[in-house]
Amino acid sequence: MKNLIEVQNIKKNYGKKEAVKGISFNVEEDEILGLLGPNGSGKTTTIGMLLGLLKPTSGQIFINNLKLEENRIQILEKINFISPYIELPKKLTVKQNLYVYSKLYKVRNIKERIEYLSEKLRIGELLNSITGELSSGQKNRVSLAKALVNEPKVLLLDEPTASLDPEVGDFVRSFLEDYKKEKKISILLASHNMNEVTRLCKSVLMMKNGEIIDQGKPEDLIAKHGRTNLEEVFLKLSRSNSEFN
Amino acid sequence: MSLTRIYGLFLRHFYLITRSFPRVLDLVYWPSIQITLWGFISNFFATHTTYYNNAVGVILTCAILYDFLFRTSIGFNMLFLEEIWSRNFTNLFIAPMRIGEILTSLVITALIRSLIGLVPAILLTSPLFGISILDLGIFLFFLFLSLYIFGITLGILVSSGLLRFGPSFENIAWSTMFLLAPFGCIYYPIETLPEIFQKIAYVLPLVYIFEEARNILINQTVNIENVYYAFMWNAFYFSLSIALFYYSFNAAKNKGTLINMGE
Repeated sequence: MKNLIEVQNIKKNYGKKEAVKGISFNVEEDEILGLLGPNGSGKTTTIGMLLGLLKPTSGQIFINNLKLEENRIQILEKINFISPYIELPKKLTVKQNLYVYSKLYKVRNIKERIEYLSEKLRIGELLNSITGELSSGQKNRVSLAKALVNEPKVLLLDEPTASLDPEVGDFVRSFLEDYKKEKKISILLASHNMNEVTRLCKSVLMMKNGEIIDQGKPEDLIAKHGRTNLEEVFLKLSRSNSEFN
Repeated sequence: MSLTRIYGLFLRHFYLITRSFPRVLDLVYWPSIQITLWGFISNFFATHTTYYNNAVGVILTCAILYDFLFRTSIGFNMLFLEEIWSRNFTNLFIAPMRIGEILTSLVITALIRSLIGLVPAILLTSPLFGISILDLGIFLFFLFLSLYIFGITLGILVSSGLLRFGPSFENIAWSTMFLLAPFGCIYYPIETLPEIFQKIAYVLPLVYIFEEARNILINQTVNIENVYYAFMWNAFYFSLSIALFYYSFNAAKNKGTLINMGE
């Protein structure tokens, strides 16, 4: 399988603070890789570097065999991101937002693309609604539609189902599974929901204090650490030398 | 009434102010600038009561020109600030847009916003006060163009600050124009300023623009040199602002401001 994301020994320092301490990993085509770790472990910094929003202090990132530093625009055309901490302009309608972002990503056949995503994500009835007036679940699906508007080869998800009720959360997870299978895309999923990670991810990286402290398939990690589920593995690894221990 | 809660809420804002240099700066310079500007205006009118006798509407014309500059600059900043307020900032910077594309788009949008405000103001002055800014003739276009370039330049400079320092730079965005107003000689000739302030004013395009507007309206003559100097200084500051924006963008990528746009 082809690696769509290749991260080679990236470091990020903020002054004297080492936020990410030389991590390397790959994400294959048609794979969802889980990025786990306690708050402040370096997950968001890593995602920021993959999106070109942060410049690594050292190391290299390749997306679809292109070096990010030298091909930022070309790479951003085929990558997208969702986080509950970023939103779409609230005063615009859903359709206007999707249209604007289709233009920014130079999407061809915008009408068909919006229709396709509306149907898949069940937001057809919301297209003329004001984005700021939507419920959390509706906003989440609209953000997902925006993230897929450019048919990304690589999707970065930061807590994609945070604050969603179980039904909408399940819908989003099922959608992501199906979409990944259908389009053979790579997904990097940062999440604190261990059930979600177990269900979606082929393998996971466990980060702590800017380092990868363990990695592997969820079932292998559970067996290796003698636990019954991934949450227990997470707690075991994150509590070693933790301020909460 | 709970003094503890009142004190708690006070602290919330106090901590915010003391943690942010731009906010402290804003508190300090705002009153100083107002006093300075109106001090010069009062001084001028106290000693030159007959200066505007032959040109009713000079002040109004200068006010419209200044407002156009103000709206262009604030309009540009607003476009940037709206992305921060709506938490759409990250979405914008992960889209495959070149910095040049972002700036060009904002420059065009700011022009349209300014014109929406300017046209009704021009139309109103004639029936209300019997004054037409069009009396400036063909040079009105050059004066507006010059003001527009300088307004955009200030907008880009402030946006660079927002990129570098985050939303705490917002207060500076609102008050940049007032900071420059005393040096711009909008309502009075440059001779009104103390010598040291005159030296500052001469390296800004504003003084040439407003001096020329007054020159055309009062003396009915055109001094092409003023227009030339205004464009020269504009070219310098505009290039500087673009360079600073790119520098701030790279600095923000190092510092992490692009993914951490909070208060």
